[in-house]
Amino acid sequence: MVDPATVRALERRAAVLRRHVVTVAAAQFAHLGGAMSCADLMAALFFHWLRLEDGARPRDHFLLSKGHAVHALHACLVEMGKIDAAELSSCGMPGSRLGGHPTLRAPGVEFATGSLGHALSVGVGIAMAEQHRKTGARTVVLLGDGELQEGTVWEAALSAPRFGLEQLVAIVDYNRFQAGGAVDDVMPLEPLADKWRAFRWNVREIDGHDMRAIVAALEAVPAAQGPTAIVAHTVKGKGVPGVEGTSRAHYTTLTEDEARATLAALEAVR
Amino acid sequence: MSGYFTALSAADVLVELAESNPDVVLCTQDFGPIGSFTARFPDRHFDLGISEQNLVGVAAGLAHAGMLPFVLAMAPFVSMRGFEQIRDDCAYNRNNVKFLAPFAGLEAGPWGATHHAIEDIALLRTVPGLTLLSPADPGESMRAVRAAATTEGPVYIRLGFLSPIDGYDAPFRVGEAVTMREGKDLTLVATGSTVATALAVHETLAADGIAARVLNVHTVKPLDRRAIERAARETGRLLTVEEHTIHGGLGGAVAEVVAELGTGRLARVGVRDVFCTEVAPYPELLRIHGLDAAGVEAAARALLERAG
Repeated sequence: MVDPATVRALERRAAVLRRHVVTVAAAQFAHLGGAMSCADLMAALFFHWLRLEDGARPRDHFLLSKGHAVHALHACLVEMGKIDAAELSSCGMPGSRLGGHPTLRAPGVEFATGSLGHALSVGVGIAMAEQHRKTGARTVVLLGDGELQEGTVWEAALSAPRFGLEQLVAIVDYNRFQAGGAVDDVMPLEPLADKWRAFRWNVREIDGHDMRAIVAALEAVPAAQGPTAIVAHTVKGKGVPGVEGTSRAHYTTLTEDEARATLAALEAVR
Repeated sequence: MSGYFTALSAADVLVELAESNPDVVLCTQDFGPIGSFTARFPDRHFDLGISEQNLVGVAAGLAHAGMLPFVLAMAPFVSMRGFEQIRDDCAYNRNNVKFLAPFAGLEAGPWGATHHAIEDIALLRTVPGLTLLSPADPGESMRAVRAAATTEGPVYIRLGFLSPIDGYDAPFRVGEAVTMREGKDLTLVATGSTVATALAVHETLAADGIAARVLNVHTVKPLDRRAIERAARETGRLLTVEEHTIHGGLGGAVAEVVAELGTGRLARVGVRDVFCTEVAPYPELLRIHGLDAAGVEAAARALLERAG
């Protein structure tokens, strides 16, 4: 049973994360859509389920395989107190510690990504090490949907059940768009949940904006005898009126009016 | 001895390392049990099957979580298919992964060009923070494995078909080339399997009164620039010899040093921008591509005859 107060607090947190992302997209062209679509997932991971505080034992792991959603990650690091909110809009500028993909220069980034299809393999390795040492540490890898077109994802997917890895979670931010258009047009993934099942993962399919469902899916981990895949149905650019659910959301900048309207809507989440 | 058997012998060294360090693990690709290591540490040997990219990514993850993974995988496949994972997940993310890469060079012979690894030096030489070792004989390979264990960052150990070199037991210092024979007329700059060839050529030339220095570049990256510069100044002529394409490998690396120095004449022996498509056993393939002792000797004499 998911605690309603926890759900409300995490929904507020997700709204704050989205506001940080909008700040960036108002100042420059940014991978807006994929950062907004995963904000609810990120809020639940960073402020509820993963134990990422300095000195936490066990200390869990988070890898952003869809590295272009970096602004959502930076927003989490702001909320964790690792970086300053004022730093967000300097992202990509000379001297900034924040780049257009996660790098080790940014305090709190666990693994540098960018090239797609890498981090699930790395997550498998981390989970193997933690399992070998019996630490109980969790490893979460957040993947994009377009990213699943990379063959390496499926090499990693094949290998995780081979080693058990009950504490490994792959989350697919299934927002239905990639750089070139709709995923269903470019290279369809369906039946996606069945693919993970066929690879012998425990599969949960949820609405990736339903905080109660997100928390419930995470709290069902570890499932018996293997890793968990959460296929999270999301909306690209979620929370940006007129932009969400469109191809434009992938990489764009917001006008003053768009940013103002989005921030106002997010302010209303209380 | 096949690079593969050299790698299997290295399992004994890994057992020793693993006895004293609980973080040492072995990751392989469909090689089955690896001798003494699997027998002694079955729960520390992970077979990832036929998937080099995943293999390297997994090893990076193991290292990220504090383990010390040794990856045993075929040189052609791990260096090319796994290149981006080596670059991004191991080097860029500063993960301590060690690679044992047998079947370097042309050893696979008639298995064909897909199984030849004649590009790995050129590729891996471009990766910041990566150490590239290319030992000259089985004994030096064991010393290289020990050195890799204590070298920070990713280390790739290139294992070709290596014969024991009599009486060779020089201490292995990463980044320091070994002068195997002194000489003043030219320097044979060799690495891996070609060191033994260069030693044979040294003898043949000596019979004609030609003193060829033989330099064993067991560390291709970081390259021992000083040893190359000294050879250029003291012997004037350098002949690089490698079981690798002449583009971007040892020959390329030495050419960069010599060009920047502005002293020394250079010639390169290696595979000359072709796929080695001739169906032939390994020694014959070496002969066809000028990498046997006779081919190297001819290249050395041609270099000596060049004006200036």
